[in-house]
Amino acid sequence: MFKILEANELAANIHQLIVEAPRVAGTCLPGQFLIVRAEEDGERIPLTICDYDREKGTVELVVQALGAESRKICRKKAGDTLADVVGPLGNASDLCSEDIEELKKKKIVFIAGGVGTAPVYPQAKWLKEQGVDCDVIIGAKNKDLVILEDRFKSVCNLYVTTDDGSYGRSGMVTKCLQDLYDEGKRYDHCVAIGPMIMMKFVCKLTKELEIPTVVSMNTIMVDGTGMCGACRLTVDGQVKFACVDGPEFDGHKVDFDQAMMRMKLYATEEGRLALKEQEGDTHHGGCGNCD
Amino acid sequence: MAVDVWKRIPVREQDPKVRATNFEEVCLGYNKEEAEDEATRCLNCPNPQCVKGCPVSINIPKFIMELKEGNVEKAYQTISESSALPAVCGRVCPQESQCEGKCVRGIKGEAVSIGKLERYVADTAREMGIKPQGATEKKNKKVAVIGSGPAGLTCAGDLARIGYDVTIFEALHEAGGVLVYGIPEFRLPKDAVVKKEIENVKSLGVKIEKDVVIGKSVTIDSLMKDEGFEAVFIGSGAGLPRFMNIPGEQALGVFSANEFLTRSNLMKAFSSESTTPIMHPKKCVVVGGGNVAMDAARTALRLGSEVHIVYRRGEEELPARKEEVEHAKQEGIIFDLLCNPVEILEDENGWVKGCKCIRMELGEPDESGRRSPVEVAGSEFEIECDAVIMSLGTSPNPLISSTTDGLEINRRKCIVAEESNGQTSKEGVFAGGDAVTGAATVILAMGAGKAAAKGIDEYLSSK
Repeated sequence: MFKILEANELAANIHQLIVEAPRVAGTCLPGQFLIVRAEEDGERIPLTICDYDREKGTVELVVQALGAESRKICRKKAGDTLADVVGPLGNASDLCSEDIEELKKKKIVFIAGGVGTAPVYPQAKWLKEQGVDCDVIIGAKNKDLVILEDRFKSVCNLYVTTDDGSYGRSGMVTKCLQDLYDEGKRYDHCVAIGPMIMMKFVCKLTKELEIPTVVSMNTIMVDGTGMCGACRLTVDGQVKFACVDGPEFDGHKVDFDQAMMRMKLYATEEGRLALKEQEGDTHHGGCGNCD
Repeated sequence: MAVDVWKRIPVREQDPKVRATNFEEVCLGYNKEEAEDEATRCLNCPNPQCVKGCPVSINIPKFIMELKEGNVEKAYQTISESSALPAVCGRVCPQESQCEGKCVRGIKGEAVSIGKLERYVADTAREMGIKPQGATEKKNKKVAVIGSGPAGLTCAGDLARIGYDVTIFEALHEAGGVLVYGIPEFRLPKDAVVKKEIENVKSLGVKIEKDVVIGKSVTIDSLMKDEGFEAVFIGSGAGLPRFMNIPGEQALGVFSANEFLTRSNLMKAFSSESTTPIMHPKKCVVVGGGNVAMDAARTALRLGSEVHIVYRRGEEELPARKEEVEHAKQEGIIFDLLCNPVEILEDENGWVKGCKCIRMELGEPDESGRRSPVEVAGSEFEIECDAVIMSLGTSPNPLISSTTDGLEINRRKCIVAEESNGQTSKEGVFAGGDAVTGAATVILAMGAGKAAAKGIDEYLSSK
């Protein structure tokens, strides 16, 4: 059992939890992720690490209520527990093993979409601690869904863009990157984390702009330790397991169309379960959406 | 009832037609009378061959004699001197090639049903609340066991019994390894049998820390340097699935047997109560012929699918246990032998719509004595299906070997360890089970766990 010390709603359906998990906090690095189960009978879902405190033995998670399990996690309050928090899993960001002096020479841009903003934070913070500057573009649907803005401001040069223009710049993250490019900004390295469709279009653009780009692949996972291959994807013609070979890959080599197609695998099952979860005791089937 | 000494007392099973639709245990086991009758068939050989066939050397004639006398508790304590998991082994060991394969009764008639008797003793002891006997004195030395599968549980149980302070580290949220994620409920009930057996190991004083991925959450070096563990046993298994690398393998509906079985067994996705989804195929192809293939096929069948096992060799060469193949056939699994998939066909939405196979014939025996299959040119055909489950075997996960300094592995990524005591190339670190041999059987892993426990005791006693 893992104790929740703090629980806050950052935006509609996006919750932040600070959880006691000393082993994870002791070894985790930016880029790695966790597998979490809310309750004893729950599903294992992959979640990203937003921050960690080695001294206090805590990790911070940012969760969007989407499916049955994430909804359960988002309902948790300070003082509650999570049944399981496993990790850190996957490989740390390549940036962490690069020579710091070399890193300082690079112009780095992070592109964060939606709840993908959370896993970008520890990377930007880590770079700041090493004395490396970076730019971060956060994209959100609208003003109310922009998260972690103040914390980002203290570790990087921040650009916020909203789809509807209700805050910051206007348009998608790709437009923001193109605008920055047109304003004369040049980058040597790009890290994009967000919905697959966003990462796909970022990669399309950075390929044109000739910016090497790393993406963090949020595939379906079960164990997260390499034993099942549910998270497999094709990178440069080779089959890789996102949980052990990634989650970060060269975005210009990822087969996004295939990866997005594979996300549909349990779409109907998940929809059925989410509905059951939402409706609780009032759920009695017969709607055609469930059996 | 007079016992025909040449024939074993048959064991009651669920009717194939009924069991094909449920996840309850197929084999119902002996009752008291059947078990005691079967026990009378044992000749109590002075030089028992059966014990030589048992990888953990259970004193088989002794426990059977106790059982014959109606003394289940003594029978149980006799077994548990050698085995930490009798209720499991009685169910999943390939006894025909081990203890029962050596039984002298088997020369003229049928071997004594040692496995079913072991199971009866373990199940009855559990119902009576009998626990294994723990250590009488403590040694005050800490040993870490990586992995809570059969090898780790056995090693931990043996070490705890002689007084070591043992902690098992498990990556998943449930202890048991392949016993919980791999072997299905209908062969090995989880709550009723596996959980209770693990409780027994804990009752010996073994601690289990779950949700710890060695190599990620903590390294072996740090366990030894910072957490005071004086020896480590690696029983992390061989959990990395293989795929065929044929076209279409990323289609929706292609699974590794590990994924399919983990969802069903560990996450209980077979039950409508579970929040973990699983595909319910209409018609499914399972590729492979081992025990895992049988388990995956019989699971898919119970989820409502027509199931074809596609195996590149013939019936004789099927690596699965005879009993499992028989059970699968009785339940209606279709065997497409001597053929092999060459491509998985997808529909326009990326879902599996068929499996293109080629017929095979067996060539001359190779150095290992196995006749290797060769393709029959131009013999391709299609099996229509909506799911394909790959059960081609597994290999060890490199996570531990790649994060432990000085741990030697071979070219198959298996940890190199002495067979007699589990010693690896790194001082104080021992290993056994599938992590060393590659995918094998539960009982061989237990044998290795046992040998390593002895090796660790000798190492720590002389240190």
